[in-house]
Amino acid sequence: MIITFRLNDEDIHTRVSAPISLLDALRDELGLFGTKSACEQGECGSCSVILDGEVVCSCLVMAADVEGSEVTTVEGISGEGVHPVQTAMHEAGAVQCGFCTPGIVVTAAALFERNQHPSTDEIKEALAGNICRCTGYGAIVRAFEELARE
Amino acid sequence: MTTTIGTRVTGVAGQVGESPARPDGIEKLRGEFEYAQDLHSDRMLWGATVRSPHPYARILSVDVAPALAVGGVHAVLTANDVPGRATFGLEHPDQPVLADEVVRYWGEPVAVVAAEDDDTARRAAAAVVVEYETLEPLVDPEEADRVDEVFRRMTIRRGDQEATGAIVVEGYYEVGMQDQAPLGTEAGLAVPDGHGGVDLYATSQFVHVDQEQVVASLGLDSSQVRAHPAGIGGAFGAREDVNLHIHLCLLALHTGRPVKMVYHRSESFTGHVHRHPARLWYRHHADEEGRLVRVEARVLIDGGAYASTTAAVLANACYFAVGPYRCDSVSVDGAGTRTNNPPCGAMRGFGAVQVCFAHEAQMDRLAAALDIDPLELRRRNALASGDPIPTTGQMIETPLPTVEVIDSLLAMPMPDPSVPEDHLHLPGGSGLTTESSHVVRGVGYALGIKNLGFSEGFDDYAQARVRLADEGAVVETAAIEVGQGLVTVLAQIARTALGVSAAVVRNVDTSQIDSAGSTSASRQTQVSGGATLEAATKLRERILAEFGGDRLDDDGVWKRESLVAPMGQVTAAGLSETATFRHPPTTPPDEHGQGVVHADFAVAGHRAVVDVDPELGLVRVVRIDTAQDVGRALNPEAVRGQIEGGIMQGVGLAIMEELVLDNGVIRNPNFTDYLLPTILDAPDVEALLIEQEGSWGPFGAKGVGEPPTISSTAAIAAAIRTATGRPIERVPVRPQDIVGESAG
Amino acid sequence: MEFHHPTTIGEVLDALDAGAVPLAGGTDLMVEVNFGLFRPDHVVGLRRVAELTSWEGSTIGAGVTWRRLEDSGPRALAQAARTVGSPQIRNAGTIGGNVATASPAGDGLPFLAAVDATIDLRSSAGGRSVRWSDFFVGVKKTTLQPGELITSVTLPGELPERQAFGKVGVRNAMVIATVCCVVTRGDDGDTRVALGSVAPTTTRAHRAEEMISAVARPGPSDLAEFARLVSEEVAPITDHRSTESYRRHASGVLARRLLERCLR
Repeated sequence: MIITFRLNDEDIHTRVSAPISLLDALRDELGLFGTKSACEQGECGSCSVILDGEVVCSCLVMAADVEGSEVTTVEGISGEGVHPVQTAMHEAGAVQCGFCTPGIVVTAAALFERNQHPSTDEIKEALAGNICRCTGYGAIVRAFEELARE
Repeated sequence: MTTTIGTRVTGVAGQVGESPARPDGIEKLRGEFEYAQDLHSDRMLWGATVRSPHPYARILSVDVAPALAVGGVHAVLTANDVPGRATFGLEHPDQPVLADEVVRYWGEPVAVVAAEDDDTARRAAAAVVVEYETLEPLVDPEEADRVDEVFRRMTIRRGDQEATGAIVVEGYYEVGMQDQAPLGTEAGLAVPDGHGGVDLYATSQFVHVDQEQVVASLGLDSSQVRAHPAGIGGAFGAREDVNLHIHLCLLALHTGRPVKMVYHRSESFTGHVHRHPARLWYRHHADEEGRLVRVEARVLIDGGAYASTTAAVLANACYFAVGPYRCDSVSVDGAGTRTNNPPCGAMRGFGAVQVCFAHEAQMDRLAAALDIDPLELRRRNALASGDPIPTTGQMIETPLPTVEVIDSLLAMPMPDPSVPEDHLHLPGGSGLTTESSHVVRGVGYALGIKNLGFSEGFDDYAQARVRLADEGAVVETAAIEVGQGLVTVLAQIARTALGVSAAVVRNVDTSQIDSAGSTSASRQTQVSGGATLEAATKLRERILAEFGGDRLDDDGVWKRESLVAPMGQVTAAGLSETATFRHPPTTPPDEHGQGVVHADFAVAGHRAVVDVDPELGLVRVVRIDTAQDVGRALNPEAVRGQIEGGIMQGVGLAIMEELVLDNGVIRNPNFTDYLLPTILDAPDVEALLIEQEGSWGPFGAKGVGEPPTISSTAAIAAAIRTATGRPIERVPVRPQDIVGESAG
Repeated sequence: MEFHHPTTIGEVLDALDAGAVPLAGGTDLMVEVNFGLFRPDHVVGLRRVAELTSWEGSTIGAGVTWRRLEDSGPRALAQAARTVGSPQIRNAGTIGGNVATASPAGDGLPFLAAVDATIDLRSSAGGRSVRWSDFFVGVKKTTLQPGELITSVTLPGELPERQAFGKVGVRNAMVIATVCCVVTRGDDGDTRVALGSVAPTTTRAHRAEEMISAVARPGPSDLAEFARLVSEEVAPITDHRSTESYRRHASGVLARRLLERCLR
């Protein structure tokens, strides 16, 4: 089936083989590899995207269901340059293997969109659905605490 | 080779000792970094694996016809289709590429499929009909030990075996099966080269050893198989063994098409080895002052169905069974059993984690029996440079600042003792189970020791090549970056050695350079770093000699105040130097486990502060302070990253991570029920890096990846004991272990 | 695969009658699809039906997300909502979805049991409302009929001021409850205790409720007896997540603590 939706500020029509998830559609049909698949059940946040203004796990969204919706992926967050959330993480040493990183970028970008100065607890609660296995979260928290101070 | 450089080069940023940002950071942040999962090739097929639903069974028949009948399927291969060596294995090739007459663990591969797309491949895999005759699985490691189903036994005897002490404490301890659970699952792409050979791009920690096993099982010449490092989403030991590597190459050569495979998470849990679960029996003897007189230990680790690295993990566990303490009478008996449980192998800490939990519990027991402060007891026994390792008798020749670790921990400030009111900061978190009045705080300490590099006479080396090109210094290596920051630190070493600002690290494949060895055993910074330093140093000397100068910098070669060769001229010469670095040699142990068995050691200590709700058995790890022996921190921020990450895995093993087995079947192969710590479970961490010169690593660096995972779990267990008075003899600690009998 | 994007309930019902599977937040259905356990060929998406996301007083549209409930729901329901999954799950998962899935571990469900919520259903044959205890009848089993759609969950017009929620889990986020509980206490002392994860459905501890409702100012021994009754009334199992005896014990402790919170 063909779906039409707004992806990273661009209107697109694309064929998707149902009943695949938005995650699979992004990676397999649309060639956007930034969003990662790590658990297939919404338990790790690596596949986080913004759907109609809210952060969701794209592995739990049926691609066909985004007809007429707005989707932003890590590629959209980055745009042509670097988003402040990305700069903050880079400078804080918050990236190791990087597999969780796009999901965290998306979730954090949405957080800072809502709230420019989140407290440490607000940062942690917002990222509670993003698992990182490498960093122990210390540098990630420091990155966003620093950004919240700006 | 002890190497130090006195004065750093001025004007060059990103040298050793600084914390330059990682070169692949922006790529990863933008989602542009190419992982094995993201690889793509034209005309690519997808692979899938048929796996055994039984932990132990005879294969009566395999009918691939229904799978071949599925539209879009290009191949269905079984054991009969393996042209070369039927088995593979990191230390012993005992594991069938595809099961032939029998399956020995739940999830063992039986057949592989290649099809037009991932979905079709999986459906076809499900269509293969395998007839099994189930057999009774051997799942009890103690039973396996009794009937001599073991991969290895270890016997360590040192000193007077009749010695006894005035005080004796005994204990029995258990460590559950932890999983590495890297976020990136197994993934790879094999591309046939059209001449009977193949290029493999797959998640790995050691491409040369993958290549060797692929060559053997495909019956090819070594020149026909090239294993390329591929982007990897974490490893922690799960990527040392071959998993999909041979399958991919088999399918690619059979179909003549590139074949890609990505394991789903639940498949990943069966697709790689796990940390060995352990049972440990200990008896510590001490004198009235708490000095260890004798330590006796029996170590039983369950290796599961196939050997993997069980022999080495067992050895490690036994060698470090006493911990970083002096003791002149030691007896350790170890067994790595063979059962029908899932195969176990390398995971960060490699045997030292399991014994550390036990030996630290024993030291605390001893301290309590003698009414001596637990840290004071450790100080009295602390191992130091110039002492023999208690188990092997090997003299410690590099620094081992155990006492400094203890003193540092004591000096680190304690957190605010008042218990918070906000539920998010209490055990139970937003589950709102607990008020501050329900909380008891506990503090616990633990020390651990680990070897660095490979041991027992293994020829442990790494090769690196350095050349100076227009883009700057280029370090070529097959050493795998798994996220730890090797690509950052090798560039720092090249910059410092050559005196140039631009440096980049390039992974090259097995046909282009010799092995860098495994990214494991906390060894790459020391061994590949050592090779890079040597190659870069030789290159600098050669450039200066060739151009007749005494100084090299970004502008070129200088002789006194004159620029005798501008950089363009230098790079045009295309000079490169290759170095193969070996650490000081080790020997296999004698029949009593004695010998110069290890290459280097690192000691670390952890102090854990936990808040416990004893009535519900819930634990919050509030804070972990650590002091770690790092030799020289080549990139302090990256070291801190390794420490914080390793501690988090220690937290996981302490209170939430365990693969639950039921007669050989994993009950929780998914992220819903295999619980990885979230950001809300992370303690505050303060790390103190102890730098002492003397190790043979570049600039005196020691490996740092494993020590954070080793004594953090033991410290948390100790803190829970202090808070609750419960003995806590197993990890992970479950709420019912804390609640105890009152749970009804 | 056919996928409908209706905007009215009538359109949804037509699709259900034609055999379509309803899809709200996807947090349950898509897991089955991803695992290859379920390949629907006919799906009706519910996200764009305005009536399902409306929230009028005590009638909460089935499509209201846990995120909205966390922000604006009655206290104990909001507390429960805060523990559902993760922020990503709460942005997508809906109360109607969790009601339909009927997992005994559903964090938001004990609240419905405690307040005697009703589930409003509609089909092309008409509408009906079912008491929660008559709707949730077994593990993942409800009395939802083919062709029926959950349109809303209706709470009683007046809810007790004193309400408390708690959830025992081994991890501080994204965890299936080992035990979860809601306790409410009216001004007249009427106490309700509902628990999840300790029986095939959400369960009310009636004997404990009866006992403590009769005590105007419970003291320590009343509370201990209350806890004991709760732990006797639940019917937990031992599984890979926890043991029967721990769940029993934790039920009593948690219920007691939540009541203490209500009594403060």
